Amino acid sequence: MAEGRRVMITGVAGDLAGLFAAALEARDDVAHVVGVDIRTPTASLQRTEFVRADVRNPVVARVLEQQGIDTVVHMSTTSGPSGSGGRAVMKERNVIGAMQLLAACQKTPSVRRFVLKSTAAVYGSEHTDPVSFRETDQPRTPPPHGFAKDATEIEEYVGAYGQRCEDVDVTILRFANFVGGRTDSAFSRLFSLPAVPTVLGYDPRLQFCHEDDAVEVLARVACGHHPGVYNVAGDGVVYLSQAIRLAGRVPAPVPRPFVDGVAGLLYRSRRIDVSPEQLRFLQFGRAIDTTRLREDIGYQPRYSSRAAFEDFVRRRRIRGLVAHDEVRRLEHEVNAFLARHDQRRFLAAEPVSEDRR
Amino acid sequence: MSGEGAGHAEVISIAEQRAAREQAASGDARPRCQATTLDGRRCRNYAVDAGHCRVHSVRTDVPEPPSADEATDEGAARRRVDEEAARRGWQPPQDAFALLRDLLGADWGRHLSDAAAFVRRRLTGDYEIDEFGFDEDLTTHLLMPLIRPLHRYWWRVASYGAEHIPTEGGGLVVANHAGTLPADAMITRLDILDQTGRHARELAADLAMRTPFVGPFTRKTGATLASGPDADRLLERGELVAVWPEGFKGVGKPWRDRYRLQRFGRGGFVSTALRAQVPIVPTAIVGSEEIYPLIYDLRVVARVLGLPYFPIVPQMFALPVLGPFALLPLPSKWVIEYGEPIDTTRFGPQAADDPMVVFDLTDHVRDTIQHMLHRNLMGRRSVFL
Repeated sequence: MAEGRRVMITGVAGDLAGLFAAALEARDDVAHVVGVDIRTPTASLQRTEFVRADVRNPVVARVLEQQGIDTVVHMSTTSGPSGSGGRAVMKERNVIGAMQLLAACQKTPSVRRFVLKSTAAVYGSEHTDPVSFRETDQPRTPPPHGFAKDATEIEEYVGAYGQRCEDVDVTILRFANFVGGRTDSAFSRLFSLPAVPTVLGYDPRLQFCHEDDAVEVLARVACGHHPGVYNVAGDGVVYLSQAIRLAGRVPAPVPRPFVDGVAGLLYRSRRIDVSPEQLRFLQFGRAIDTTRLREDIGYQPRYSSRAAFEDFVRRRRIRGLVAHDEVRRLEHEVNAFLARHDQRRFLAAEPVSEDRR
Repeated sequence: MSGEGAGHAEVISIAEQRAAREQAASGDARPRCQATTLDGRRCRNYAVDAGHCRVHSVRTDVPEPPSADEATDEGAARRRVDEEAARRGWQPPQDAFALLRDLLGADWGRHLSDAAAFVRRRLTGDYEIDEFGFDEDLTTHLLMPLIRPLHRYWWRVASYGAEHIPTEGGGLVVANHAGTLPADAMITRLDILDQTGRHARELAADLAMRTPFVGPFTRKTGATLASGPDADRLLERGELVAVWPEGFKGVGKPWRDRYRLQRFGRGGFVSTALRAQVPIVPTAIVGSEEIYPLIYDLRVVARVLGLPYFPIVPQMFALPVLGPFALLPLPSKWVIEYGEPIDTTRFGPQAADDPMVVFDLTDHVRDTIQHMLHRNLMGRRSVFL
């Protein structure tokens, strides 16, 4: 058995998990990577051993045992019911899956590290929110349903598991919205629409996490020793209106009473899932504090929120109705016109006008 | 007004009038003015000189008005205006450029270029906001210039004591709140910006944060929710914070309670200042009460709409006559005074958890502001001048 970490990644077919597995393969201090999913991974992986199984399947416990896994990275929480056939199935997979995975880990003595990919959505989204959430802050109102509720429950189970098994390092990473062009999310799909639907009269503050940063943080945590809860996001915030302008799109404000109807329409026509807690998010937004990430893990995100979003726009080749080059050209033309005017006045200036001055 | 000296009247003090009236009552027969007033009656003032009162007496020290034929000659008047304008270096606009120059001043080109750059930044999203959502680009280049005319010409704000505002590091500006609509917050912001070049970050009520349009707007102007953690964070960053601790009780108080400070919240702002060890600058704003006198509060409507108050202001009665213009705020004369900063370092940061110190300091700040209000109220000549 080679030296190094032996890592299991659940939900390895996901976009981010695929990138993460590839990053682990490239590291010297990782001896073995096992990926578990029911879908086939999309990323091209060489060293990773793939096990086609659901996390609820007892085979996962056997793999843990046989491969001598010491680090489990749980990334199979799905955010939308569209991919997994209904809300009930999604909840079953997310919450019950996590519970069974934790039970398997507890039974396997070789497991030393458990990393949970969670989400900043557990903080909820309210108008009375603090300006940015610290890890110790509680949500003003706990997420009542959907993905955020699942994530909250999974975090609770993982926390309880950490308390039961004190020799296991449990790390919970709460990520802001991923962007960057190689991952897909409900939020980034919003920007694939010609006009981006917004809630009339609201302009949420958004934070983005670039996938490169996310992968780097995951790898550091999986190969290091960082128990605790950490927020992961790029520096700074971006208004939704600003993001729309950066993408060159136009906003399509929807009055609050019609929002639910439009969300249903979007789901049926474009498979864009805008769940109720996403709608709260589109009203009030959220920002998280990453001091702990920088000080305890010692990682400074390479992309600010805005840079991450701009990278996403560049990679996806999002071409808006408002072409930035055109706007810049118009500004240039105004300045050129002013310069011409000044020049003409200078040439036409007669000595008389000089005298007056 | 009849009489040759029309237009050169002098003001007669009330005391003088009263003395004259008392004399008349006592039967003293002094000569009265011989002039006839506008409504055709005899002037009732006492004569002071040559049979005329002080209003109607001919003044000899003023220059002769221009003769009648010259004054009525329109061409001559226009010529005079043109001569004067030419002397001051102004020419009637010949083309669009000249018109622009007249409207925007000599460097209109730079203004136009700045405006183009601003539009480009806004359209392409090329601006930075801080974590509180403060959009400095928008605030400095669009919102503040928009309310500057209100500050300068509508309310003619006179501000004193700007040297008390800390020019760097944290500080907490505490002011009275009034006027049915929180216009005083915006105007004070602008005043502080113009006096010190610093953006004062307001602490806003959660109702404002919840309301569509108002909430994002408030955030973009640099405000954040009036809560302990947010205020601490702002002061930690060394920002200047402005707070109106009366809140809705101050803005929505009835007309009869004008300039009477309401309860100062629960003293949260004092604990915040103590924790951050920053000075408190008590600030008194006079004039804001008169912009929308709240004569009645429709509590029932307010409760149905979920508002803290539903004001009836006198301007509403002018709505049928003047239309939307009636709802303009009244042009009262404003005075903003920044008082001597109150040092919090002598209490130490641990005093933030001592309720006695917090209450005492809250009362001290409140009394100081109330005192400043009274002083400035005594000092003003009239509400509108």
